[in-house]
Amino acid sequence: MEKRITTPLTLEQVRGLHCGDSVLISGVIYTARDAAHKRLCELAAQGKELPFDVKDSVIYFVGPAPAKGDQVIGSAGPTTSYRMDAYSPTMIALGQRGMIGKGKRSPEVVAAMKEHGAVYFGAIGGAGAYLSRCIKKAEIVAYEDLGAEAVRRLEVEDLPAFVIIDSEGNNLYENGRKEYLASLK
Amino acid sequence: MREINAQDVTAAVKRLCMEANSYLPADVKGRICDACQKEPWALARNILGIIRENYEIAEEKYVPICQDTGVACVFLEVGQDVHISGDLNAAIHEGVRQGYEEGCLRKSVVRDPLDRVNTRDNTPAMIYYDIVPGDKLKITVAPKGFGSENMSQIKMLKPSDGLEGVKAYILKVVEEAGPNPCPPIVVGVGIGGTFDKAAYLAKKALMRSTDVRNADPFYAALEDELLEKINALGIGPQGVGGQTTALAVNIEQMATHIAGLPVAVNINCHVTRHQSMEL
Repeated sequence: MEKRITTPLTLEQVRGLHCGDSVLISGVIYTARDAAHKRLCELAAQGKELPFDVKDSVIYFVGPAPAKGDQVIGSAGPTTSYRMDAYSPTMIALGQRGMIGKGKRSPEVVAAMKEHGAVYFGAIGGAGAYLSRCIKKAEIVAYEDLGAEAVRRLEVEDLPAFVIIDSEGNNLYENGRKEYLASLK
Repeated sequence: MREINAQDVTAAVKRLCMEANSYLPADVKGRICDACQKEPWALARNILGIIRENYEIAEEKYVPICQDTGVACVFLEVGQDVHISGDLNAAIHEGVRQGYEEGCLRKSVVRDPLDRVNTRDNTPAMIYYDIVPGDKLKITVAPKGFGSENMSQIKMLKPSDGLEGVKAYILKVVEEAGPNPCPPIVVGVGIGGTFDKAAYLAKKALMRSTDVRNADPFYAALEDELLEKINALGIGPQGVGGQTTALAVNIEQMATHIAGLPVAVNINCHVTRHQSMEL
């Protein structure tokens, strides 16, 4: 059974999410890949204001394809998250609560998630056409020069994902595999 | 000598770029459908169901299966009795430029690996030529996403590492990749040749239908054995656990030096895209 969650994502909501939960995400989320993260963290280091409110935000690691015809946005599945590992601890310390991506994260990211209370969701990599249908509105809020990598504000409805790493550091990539292999014995 | 106009190459490449990004080959679709039936792990089965629905949407709406519409890898088998009138390389790049623009495909190429400025038209293409007998020109376009490309590896094994060393290395690469390359994956393996030839063979292996086994029975059996071993790892679709880690293992092999045993593993995600056309 999926859990429905709506952004902004509070610490209380985060604490109620556990590794392996299937979720449907609705509300406003922001997109950023490595190039945008680099700029966001540079702004933060200079003590400047970021182009969106990071507190309780969810960032989707995605560089969408251009919209075609009457589409709101083109195909928009997750990119591999480890390229954001250098930046996510800074963003989490600033108040980011959720990340949507795919693939492994570094111990430093997990430590920041545990310290500040954040969750890492996995969306289905390679399912860009399917996922783009959950995006109801999209607008660029910063770094238009980065093209696909610009920061976008998205309004999403029931975007399917699952909790890969929860705020206690439990990891579905480790646990799910162990449980599956144990089920064969 | 048969004349082929470079403009016809541009038109073909353009069309292939667009079609390859929206239409998953029938053999890959078949393997995903099979996996949906056979996958015993519930979350894994749900994910495979969405992956199937995703390629159906892409095909119906003629939109990209994945937002990473890749760098365009263009393979040409040029008949030695063909003469191209016009600049063939330029014609291929132009086809990519037109296809990625008109197809609303993502432009994912930077002009230099270190200054990282986007070329904004997805050129240049990565071009691979093969000269073959005959008077035809076969063009294959394979958009290559980098989530999986980044998980690929190459190693110069020692001859004493032998078959067991080759198997262990391939399994190690898949294990290290884990959830990152968007499993279920297709594993392209190149064994032999030189450092660069092994990598080329691995990429070429990904162009072969997953329903066609290696022509050499020894390597065909090795493909089957490795597929079974990879799927026993338990990584599963998207790395959440499950039986379906790989859809196929394709191996290409060739002669090598007495002192060497190069092995390259090129990983593709479940969006194993390629379309071909013969002029």
